[in-house]
Amino acid sequence: MDIRIERIAKTFDRYPALNDISLDIRSGELVALLGPSGSGKTTLLRLIAGLEQPSAGRVWFGAEDASSLTIQERNVGFVFQHYALFKHMTVLDNIGFGLRVRPSGRRPAKAEIRRRAEALLDLVQLSDLGRRFPAQLSGGQRQRVALARALAIEPRVLLLDEPFGALDAKVRKDLRRWLREIHDRTGHTTVFVTHDQEEAMELADRVVVMSNGRIEQVGSADEIYDAPASPFVFSFIGASNALPIRIAGGQALLDGTVLDLPPLAERDGEARLYLRPHDLAVVDAGEGTIIGTVAAVRRTSGHRLVELAIGSAGDRVEVEVPASRAVSAGEQLAVKPLRWRIYRDTNAQALAA
Amino acid sequence: MAADVALSVPAAEEAPFGDVRSAARPAKPWRPPTDETPVVRRTLIGIALVFLGFVLFLPLVAVFVEALRGGVALYWAAITEPDALAAVQLTLLVAVIAVPVNLVFGVAAAWAIAKYEFRGKSLLTTLIDLPFSVSPVISGLVFVLLFGAQGFFGPWLQSTGVQIIFAVPGLVLATLFVTFPFVARELIPLMQEQGTGDEEAALSLGASGWQAFRLVTLPNVKWALLYGVLLCNARAMGEFGAVSVVSGHIRGLTNTMPLHVEILYNEYAFSAAFAVASLLALLSLVTLAAKSILEWRYAQDIAATRGRGH
Repeated sequence: MDIRIERIAKTFDRYPALNDISLDIRSGELVALLGPSGSGKTTLLRLIAGLEQPSAGRVWFGAEDASSLTIQERNVGFVFQHYALFKHMTVLDNIGFGLRVRPSGRRPAKAEIRRRAEALLDLVQLSDLGRRFPAQLSGGQRQRVALARALAIEPRVLLLDEPFGALDAKVRKDLRRWLREIHDRTGHTTVFVTHDQEEAMELADRVVVMSNGRIEQVGSADEIYDAPASPFVFSFIGASNALPIRIAGGQALLDGTVLDLPPLAERDGEARLYLRPHDLAVVDAGEGTIIGTVAAVRRTSGHRLVELAIGSAGDRVEVEVPASRAVSAGEQLAVKPLRWRIYRDTNAQALAA
Repeated sequence: MAADVALSVPAAEEAPFGDVRSAARPAKPWRPPTDETPVVRRTLIGIALVFLGFVLFLPLVAVFVEALRGGVALYWAAITEPDALAAVQLTLLVAVIAVPVNLVFGVAAAWAIAKYEFRGKSLLTTLIDLPFSVSPVISGLVFVLLFGAQGFFGPWLQSTGVQIIFAVPGLVLATLFVTFPFVARELIPLMQEQGTGDEEAALSLGASGWQAFRLVTLPNVKWALLYGVLLCNARAMGEFGAVSVVSGHIRGLTNTMPLHVEILYNEYAFSAAFAVASLLALLSLVTLAAKSILEWRYAQDIAATRGRGH
């Protein structure tokens, strides 16, 4: 089932949560809505589910206008961050709930409900825990039950709201891989919300990066990471540095010094140079290099992160250097950008890569 | 272990810091910083016990002793006397009407306050507490002013032949008013804490609003609900002030048990008064026991709910 979001807007008490959002999600796709808190990602997910009503715009499920359907009629599987399992019901009763509440004409027989619940319990690899109550399960197990419960109603789309947000790091990673496998086996069109960029990039076919109620960029992990459409995307995904530069006659000037970059096809003016810590190479000081004073050195697992103070303003730039290279504070270091992006200060348009 | 550490600090090591007296002071046994000394602890517990014994236990015992002073036969005669039986029946009738009505009201009010945002919500929350802060006598008087012969609706009621004050409807109304916070007050904090997540899950799985309420919301609050009903019932049967104002004290017709006790007492029929009073005391003991059992179950349930935070 493909989902089409057509010019959706949502306002809470005059505060705009979503502005004119349009998005196409293809059938069978696994899509991540990624953004910081307050970006509107959860609101968008709840609008698709029918848990919220849009102020403007429409949601299409295939050729059907879902905007006018109630949440029950939309038939979506929704998984909540805090599981929302019914704690007075056993795991099997939780999974069978969606089938048990169907009107008598469409309700399967008791034995059939039980059989389906058990099959789903097998799918989420909790076969022996059917008789337990939610309180007797770990967080990761509860979220798997919640997913089985959502799948039991044979949903048209599967929606997950920060499904791993309440779990610890190790369980998160396992469940991530496991969710991908389930998705590949069942083929549901799946949308999940996360603020964890690593989770979004690793799990999703396409990532929708959101900020302030708008979509910043939609693309594969490669596109989002290698060709970020805006400074926001650049700095939200992965580590980043930004240096103020001036463009004059196709050349980039940092603090009055011309940088050794290929000619820029861009009009003169102020801009920002965006760099990732691992796209900077330490070189011998020379023309066109960026020279700074080491302000701090931190050891991370495989590297050293060197913080350089650059130019008269002392702008900070983080550089990743091999752990084998000894660096001490106060030292002068020259670096050269290997890959970079330039964004104008005023508009969010990418200029070069 | 910690006590060992404190005890084993050698006096000689303290001396270089210059305070010779502290070196000479005998080491005290360690105790948690929030604990009081044994003397303070025993005094506090003693005060509480003496107070409870004097104000609660002694009167309760006195009720039963007085009731049975004339022997079991007299006791039995006092509680099976027609007026006493009528009072028991009326009390039960009032409770049977008032408690279910307040159950429905309490659930509806708690649902509205906990699950929705609307104008006047804080006003409603405050109003629910009103019967707790208003003297019951005033609660009764309000109904006399509204429905009495000289009251606001009095003439109209007389023309239609409906009697409220000095009749059963008045007793029910006064009891409803006095007892309506009990169920709502128990449910509101619990439902607010639980939020709407479970209901959203139920709806997304295709449940109708009524199914979500019956299969998810009610089981989530059932212990708090029972607890509220129990308190509501105890108060409905025991209420004196508000009921006294609207009753008219017609023996065998509008006397509830508490009112009957007062009448007997005023007539110096002490044994009979204490006999009926002992029934009320018994009711409160049963309520107390049931409440303790519920609290115990309820605490387990809440612990299970909290477990999901993980």
